[in-house]
Amino acid sequence: MPENNVLLKVDHLVKHFPVYRGVFQRQVGAVHAVDDISFDVRHGETFGLVGESGCGKTTAGRTIIQLYKATAGHIYFDDVDLTKVKGGEMRHIRRRIQMIFQDPYASLNPRMSIADIVSEPMIIHGVARGKQAHERAAELLNIVQLNPGFANRFPHEFSGGQRQRIGIARALALNPELIICDEPISALDVSIQAQIINLLEDLQKQMGLTYLFIAHDLSVVRHISSRVAVMYLGIIAELASVKDLYNNPLHPYTQALLSAVPVPNPAIEEKRQRIILEGDVPSPVNPPSGCRFRTRCPLAKEICAELVPEWREVSPDHWVACHLV
Amino acid sequence: MKETKPIMVSGNGRSTLLKVEDLVTRFYTPEGVVHAVNGVSFDLAEGETLGVVGESGCGKSVTMLSILQLIARPPGKIERGHAWFDGKDLLNLSTDQIRDVRGSRISMIFQDPMTSLNPVLTIERQIAESLILHLRMNKQQARERVIELLEMVGIPEAEKHLNDYPHQFSGGMRQRVMIAIALACNPQILVADEPTTALDVTIQAQIVDLVKRLRDDLNMTVIWITHDLGVVARLAQRVIVMYAGYIIEEAPVKELYANPTHPYTIGLLGSLPSLTTDERKRLTAIPGLPPVLLEKPVGCPFAVRCTYAFERCQHENPPLLSIGGTHRAACWWDVQEGRPRNA
Repeated sequence: MPENNVLLKVDHLVKHFPVYRGVFQRQVGAVHAVDDISFDVRHGETFGLVGESGCGKTTAGRTIIQLYKATAGHIYFDDVDLTKVKGGEMRHIRRRIQMIFQDPYASLNPRMSIADIVSEPMIIHGVARGKQAHERAAELLNIVQLNPGFANRFPHEFSGGQRQRIGIARALALNPELIICDEPISALDVSIQAQIINLLEDLQKQMGLTYLFIAHDLSVVRHISSRVAVMYLGIIAELASVKDLYNNPLHPYTQALLSAVPVPNPAIEEKRQRIILEGDVPSPVNPPSGCRFRTRCPLAKEICAELVPEWREVSPDHWVACHLV
Repeated sequence: MKETKPIMVSGNGRSTLLKVEDLVTRFYTPEGVVHAVNGVSFDLAEGETLGVVGESGCGKSVTMLSILQLIARPPGKIERGHAWFDGKDLLNLSTDQIRDVRGSRISMIFQDPMTSLNPVLTIERQIAESLILHLRMNKQQARERVIELLEMVGIPEAEKHLNDYPHQFSGGMRQRVMIAIALACNPQILVADEPTTALDVTIQAQIVDLVKRLRDDLNMTVIWITHDLGVVARLAQRVIVMYAGYIIEEAPVKELYANPTHPYTIGLLGSLPSLTTDERKRLTAIPGLPPVLLEKPVGCPFAVRCTYAFERCQHENPPLLSIGGTHRAACWWDVQEGRPRNA
């Protein structure tokens, strides 16, 4: 059960997608998208979930909000286990958890006006209707710094950054406590990314929001998060406060990942030591035995193939899964 | 193939390999005329790596595609300009003549290795194509060269992969195959158009490393087009920043990052969160929206988003002028001095 101050507790969460093959569509295996991950998200913080494509970060986010049914494990939101909650009650809880999606082009219905998109959640949840809902929508557009006069326009009339603002307004419509931001800026141009980051930070301050911030950009995650978990091939390799993780990364994958990011400063770039990982991420259908990172790990030893490394707290609030730490 | 006597000499004493002058490219679309490239001029010295930076729609790709006559015509049209390479104007070459240049003397790699490779041809056929076409190799010679190229780009056990198809390769491996194709005929210039944008950061590091190594080994000249200011800092010696189809700043790489001068460059660098420091400054976002290129701006194209804009910026587009040495910027305002520039 969650301790004080914990809003969301993810406890040994597993999500497998079955793989079917043949005429009879027999299940021949499973994509191990998320394989036993645990973390807490505290009230009012921004928890960063980083990793490369296919590491399971998006699946984790979608399973938490119950867009996918968890294969095993528990998700406690404010003491309620979401994996056990049934339809009606879940709808109640959804008001408190909202999501912002990566692709602002695909996540807005092109046939609905902006006013309708933003007020739809209010109508579905019976919070407001008709004129009242539209008034609230105009207010929300104002909050995300869009001209409420645009309320009757359609998504195609807006740029990527503006669409992402519309998506944020929709997520705010029900006064949620937790917002799952799934790569909210990676589809945007650099100069627009900063606008959206600033907006998310302002909204958090004004409304006391909690964010689960899923992204692949390590600089952005450092900027916005208070604590960060690094995912690799369905597991969490390391979890720590943003300061510890970036200044003192312990897992060899975190170290390699951080060293791989190019820094926009040629003077620093010249001196940086780089760990170049060999090869590609293995298939999640058939993940390596023992430690999942061992096939690319420059330090791998025999034990890494035999035993799954234990998830342990090596210093207060700094967790890592590696035999060599 | 190399020029024995350089026809042009740039400031640093190295011979100029490519000289682009006043390039203008427009697209005639049903929505109107898109002013994609509006008078771009730059030199490329032999052996240098030039970074071309800008956001989507700034004209960085169209500039390079125009030079190689790779834009679709119609709707595209190269309105004017020159691209001098080896004593000839690339923009005036016939289809056959430019085909001799493309792939053999100037080659290009693209962002998406999945769509740039042919899914129904084996890796060997795709790499051998240009060897047979440009270098008139026979099949056996081509096969040996293909194996050599695959090993050069870091594909282990190359012989086993000759008959593989692109779908059997991961994104990073496909990009290696693309590089092998691009390098097949020992080009003098490699144009890389966002080659790592679709890749994960650890794979990006592998590819950037590979190109760096090949560039040094083969003494290649590289143009690297990207929106990623980090990759440019790692790779380039000189940088061009583009906005709305114009070059708005140009400088040696260290000078650009240490002393950005155009408000757009300053804004771009300020809008990046830092990977290496704990301090959390609020990002200085550039206000407003990227430019719509359907109308040619009257004044400075950045003026509507610029916090320094004053009256002159509204009706006069600043030319690209030297602000010291090889550092050039197109701006009427001197940000450091806090007053208009004398020009």
